[in-house]
Amino acid sequence: MPIKTYRQAINEAMAQEMRLNDKVIIIGEDVAGGAGCDGERDAYGGVMGVTKGLFPEFGESRVIDTPITESAIMGAAAGAAQTGLRPVAELMFMDFLGVCFDQIYNQAAKFRYMFGGKVECPMVVRTMAGAGLRGGAQHSQNLTQMVTMVPGLKVVCPTNAYDAKGLLITAIRDNDCVIFVEDKFLYETSCEVPDEVYTIPFGEASFLREGSDVTIVGISNTVNKAVAVADRLAEEGISCDVIDPRTTSPLDEEAIIESVETTGRLVVVDEMTPRCGVAADISSIVAEKAFGALRAPIRKVTAAHSPIPFAPALEDAWMPQESDIEAAVREVLGYTR
Amino acid sequence: MSLNKEQFLQAYRTMRTIRDFEYRVSDEFGKGNIPGFLHLYAGQEAIATGMCMNLDDDDYIVSTHRGHGHCIAKGGDVGGMMKEIMAKQGGSCAGKGGSMHIAAVEKGMLGANAIVGGGPPLIVGAALSAKTLGTDRVGVSFTGDGGSNQGTTFEAMNLAVVLKLPAIFMFENNGYGEGTAAGYAVGSKDIASRAAGFGMPALKVDGADIFATYETCKKAVKHCRSGKGPIAIEASITRFRGHFEGDAQAYRGKNEVKRLMKELDCLKIAADNAIKKKLVTKAALTKIDKEIGVYINEAAEAALAAPSPDVSELLTDVYSSAY
Repeated sequence: MPIKTYRQAINEAMAQEMRLNDKVIIIGEDVAGGAGCDGERDAYGGVMGVTKGLFPEFGESRVIDTPITESAIMGAAAGAAQTGLRPVAELMFMDFLGVCFDQIYNQAAKFRYMFGGKVECPMVVRTMAGAGLRGGAQHSQNLTQMVTMVPGLKVVCPTNAYDAKGLLITAIRDNDCVIFVEDKFLYETSCEVPDEVYTIPFGEASFLREGSDVTIVGISNTVNKAVAVADRLAEEGISCDVIDPRTTSPLDEEAIIESVETTGRLVVVDEMTPRCGVAADISSIVAEKAFGALRAPIRKVTAAHSPIPFAPALEDAWMPQESDIEAAVREVLGYTR
Repeated sequence: MSLNKEQFLQAYRTMRTIRDFEYRVSDEFGKGNIPGFLHLYAGQEAIATGMCMNLDDDDYIVSTHRGHGHCIAKGGDVGGMMKEIMAKQGGSCAGKGGSMHIAAVEKGMLGANAIVGGGPPLIVGAALSAKTLGTDRVGVSFTGDGGSNQGTTFEAMNLAVVLKLPAIFMFENNGYGEGTAAGYAVGSKDIASRAAGFGMPALKVDGADIFATYETCKKAVKHCRSGKGPIAIEASITRFRGHFEGDAQAYRGKNEVKRLMKELDCLKIAADNAIKKKLVTKAALTKIDKEIGVYINEAAEAALAAPSPDVSELLTDVYSSAY
């Protein structure tokens, strides 16, 4: 099977769906790049090159460069989704949610319910999250918790190239507004990705490692860190279940609870705020629904409660690291009443 | 060519329907039969009517929190609207929207929007669908003077110009954004010239005159349908009621509302002009008034008698596909 990067897999999902359905369009800032300039068109193909090559194939009516205008991009995508198109709108950095959130959570997410089930809003918002690239406080955040809490939205956080392709195709075919959170740390990572079109259902977690001592749940790239920790600990005879929920809305609660019922111990990792984040949410679900199975208090491993600092030394301290995950696993294992 | 007899009667009927609808829901609100907030369109009828008469069922509009008039003018089902506003079964949004989210999607009325300035970006999307799919549909966003100051509205106008989309930005300047005067809040004092600054033609019209409004809207729709890109209209008008029902309007001048209701009543102006032009007779209009009176009463009585939505519907339609 061919090896492809996360970036290639996402690009391929869009290209294949655009070939299959001419109602699928791409809209966003610099999704081609070079509009109105004297130089190359498709100069960027998205700021991270994820949409590169789509403009030459599909043209300006389906790969639409916009001004820097996030509210209008999200609103236009929502209005277009309500009237026959299936837009894939790009929100360059998830941090920019702040300037366009109304069009997502008050508009796109609510059309169907608010208008009595008469409307569909088949749009995807592709966005990029994740710290560690020294992007500072406004270009580094993972705000998955802010969209996960909104009824009407579905939220996808692919952690490898294979999942990214299958989940994006599902997202484009879904008739609700889907927020597709790409972890910018993963664009260069690769794995086997079929050339064929395939889908991965929402709400089905994947088990990246199976074990019986501790359950580790990780969101976005933190799950890859959890796998590295689990592999190291396995050499010591500690076995961990590592669960990637893949979608935070819907969330595969059952997979997490079943695992905790076996292991009795839970470590939940995300790169979000310690309060009201996805890790906090999963912790509360397990505390409510699997309290009897717990043999130790749940441990959350999250980012610190501060804006994301710029200096590498500070940002590294802010982020959940493998060492933090490992310490948390040892802590829940060592717990005695 | 201005409104002919048949068109005028249609316009008058629509305006009368809106006026009677609004006064009836105002009464029912006063009696405690309507929960929530109510923002009435009474006084502004000629604008929605003049615009929507130039649109087809498959053209799109988005509206504001003051949206009943737009919904009726676009052909929304009055009985379903009355039930929706009274929070009853059979409501056009299944009791999940209410007055501020009134919609008639099947007629291209994509929804009233309770976020001021929320609608313009959405109509850009509807216009984008029209252009991309190669239909000759147009999209109209109705926005108030208040919404004209929102950044979303500016972004929407710019994007519509950049992508050359068939979008009409109709600004209904009723003089007040909630309790603050447009003369204070609209920095340029002139919404049309501000829209023109985005690079589109912008027209101005007396929104109390159905003949002028119809003509101006006709020009705008023609402009859009012929692929010339977006266009804006500023229609001046007054609000007969407060920002919301129950608003004492202490911010308005002494006798201001009374005077303006006399001077700027679009229904009375329409009737007087049409009779003077010998387009219609007073008797023909009186007949319409009576018919509409019965029609609105029936809709209201049916809504009053209808049961509340079933609680089992609380979680339906949050999502369209599996969750």
